[in-house]
Amino acid sequence: MLKIEGLRAEIDGQEILKGLDLEVGKGEIHAIMGPNGSGKSTLSNVLMGHPRYEVTGGAITFMGEDVFELEADERAKLGMFLAFQYPSEVPGVSVANFLRTAVNSVREEELSPMAMYKLIQEKMKIMQMDPKFAERYLNEGFSGGEKKRNEILQMLMLEPKLAIMDETDSGLDIDALQVVAKGVNELRGPEFSAVIITHYQRILRYIEPDHVHVMLDGRIVTSGGKELALELEDKGYDYVRQEFGAGTQS
Amino acid sequence: MPEDKTIQELGLDEYKFGFRDPEEYFFKTPRKGIDAEIVAMISKHKNEPEWMLEYRLKALESFFEKPTPQWGGDLSELDFDEIYYYIRPMENQGRTWDDVPDDIKNTFEKLGIPQAERETLAGVGAQYESEVVYHSLKEEWDKAGVVFMDMDSGLREHEDIVREYFGTIIPADDNKFSALNSAVWSGGSFVYVPPGVHIDIPLQAYFRINAENMGQFERTLIIADEGSSVHYIEGCTAPTYTSNSLHSAVVELIAKPNARIRYSTIQNWSHNTYNLVTKRAVAEENATVEWVDGNLGSKLTMKYPAVYLMGEGARGEILSVAYAGDGQHQDAGGKVVHAAPNTSSLITSKSISKGTGRSTYRGLLKVHEGAVNSKSRVECDALLLDENARTDTYPYIEIEEKKVNTEHEATVSKVGEDQLFYLMSRGLSEEAAMAMVVNGFIEPIAKELPLEYAIELNRLIQLEMEGSVG
Repeated sequence: MLKIEGLRAEIDGQEILKGLDLEVGKGEIHAIMGPNGSGKSTLSNVLMGHPRYEVTGGAITFMGEDVFELEADERAKLGMFLAFQYPSEVPGVSVANFLRTAVNSVREEELSPMAMYKLIQEKMKIMQMDPKFAERYLNEGFSGGEKKRNEILQMLMLEPKLAIMDETDSGLDIDALQVVAKGVNELRGPEFSAVIITHYQRILRYIEPDHVHVMLDGRIVTSGGKELALELEDKGYDYVRQEFGAGTQS
Repeated sequence: MPEDKTIQELGLDEYKFGFRDPEEYFFKTPRKGIDAEIVAMISKHKNEPEWMLEYRLKALESFFEKPTPQWGGDLSELDFDEIYYYIRPMENQGRTWDDVPDDIKNTFEKLGIPQAERETLAGVGAQYESEVVYHSLKEEWDKAGVVFMDMDSGLREHEDIVREYFGTIIPADDNKFSALNSAVWSGGSFVYVPPGVHIDIPLQAYFRINAENMGQFERTLIIADEGSSVHYIEGCTAPTYTSNSLHSAVVELIAKPNARIRYSTIQNWSHNTYNLVTKRAVAEENATVEWVDGNLGSKLTMKYPAVYLMGEGARGEILSVAYAGDGQHQDAGGKVVHAAPNTSSLITSKSISKGTGRSTYRGLLKVHEGAVNSKSRVECDALLLDENARTDTYPYIEIEEKKVNTEHEATVSKVGEDQLFYLMSRGLSEEAAMAMVVNGFIEPIAKELPLEYAIELNRLIQLEMEGSVG
């Protein structure tokens, strides 16, 4: 499904990703854990094609297709999705209008307005959102929890093949975290893969990963099963630095 | 001329309403340029009363005396001697579309005027060059005593009312362009709404310039009598020529006590038109006047709709949106004068600049001594679509009264990389993402327009933006 080989990327001339390898199979949930500054958010942005990051080496293939030359919208049409850590505000554009436009952009055939309306209602219910929420302007004045729920709502609407979740759990209280996890688990199945990028282990209590990777200084330094997450929680990132840091300072 | 080439190069010749008809006219002034002889010729041709001729000639003197304003946009290429000041396309005005000559009718059909009338309007006026070629008012409004006709007919049929109000809100010598309009005015609308009559669907006037080097100087006077209400909408287009056209209208609104007037404009002039318009309203006791002003197209627009709040409790609102693409300058804004206690006003200005386009907000808020407990808010937001686009804000505020509440807020935002990336990551193309940000930005104004016009406004801005994303 997703194959990343030797990925190197920089922003403003500073190299952040330094040869990252990762392979995500169909239907698999991968967690990438790492301390601040390890390059987690850069990885999410590079995967989705943010123009500010320059890819200087390596390859990303998604479903056998090289995505380097593809713009973000083309990646979305292939079935990639990024749940943003800090979603942008778009004043004057309602959530409903945005969802309609987005869904019709990735679909080959447009949904009828009635079908669209029903779909929005149905997905909002899963996310335990007030129907009035659809009339609010996109992310404008949203609380942190509302923004994250809204990201997952978009994911449910777009039904991607691969979701990248950039610290979706950070700043969420336990109730919101459970709703977010419910949204992800809703899509879980043989056709859905996810890369959950997180600092903390706690979201993985609600979304059980198939694989856990530890990221440090722009690389994946160790991988394992879900037990690795618990081990990390126990020992902390300092342990990882000592073990794999190769001389880097914390 | 160098601009033609530029217009071609910039791809702005895609202007959708740029088509033109052959120029065959019933009457056209024998030469370009303006002097007393031309003014007298126009007045004589219209069989006007003597006082109107005198009014025009006096205005002409003011026009000659007043210098071209230097404080706004660049008017150095506007040559008053290269303009035709009066063209009459047909002998008599049409009452039904069948009376209108085919080529003119086709023009308005292309612009969607007859369809709009059938569905959503109480009355329609269509001006082609200097004269209104078609006018209609639905029977129920006619029966209610509503007057909606072209200004020339208004002068003939309601001379006493016209003489009482004409030029009282905007005197001929108010500024150079009001003086010019007062000297050579032709067409425009005359509207009178009797006390207590509420016209619940809009009246619309459409202004079309067709001839090259044409100057269009319509004159509109709307009087809403006590406790009445009316919504008037104007739309404007012109073909693209190699030389410049001039549109210089004067619009006067009078809202009597407890009356309400909303005046909505969607201007979409071709990119070689100078659009220099004076619009001013007076709101009497507890009356409300709202200007909703969409400025697209034109080479240079200078327009600052004004509301004078003369009666206690009067309310004024000005909503304007301007789009300045390559080579365009939209110098727009609003003026509010609080001259009575407990008056309130709101100015919301939104501008979008792209490429070498420049948008300017220029506004005046004045509160006279004694206008106690007045409330006023000015909000101007500029959106820049790329690095080179330019915006300026000139908010003048003069407050002579202490017991008032005024707020002013200005923002400038750029369509950000992160914002576009966010929308694109959901499958929207870069163009669609940009359009979504822009439509969201003007939403507070679009939602004040009737649905069809809101859609039209969004569509026009998208047309202007097409191909703008690199």
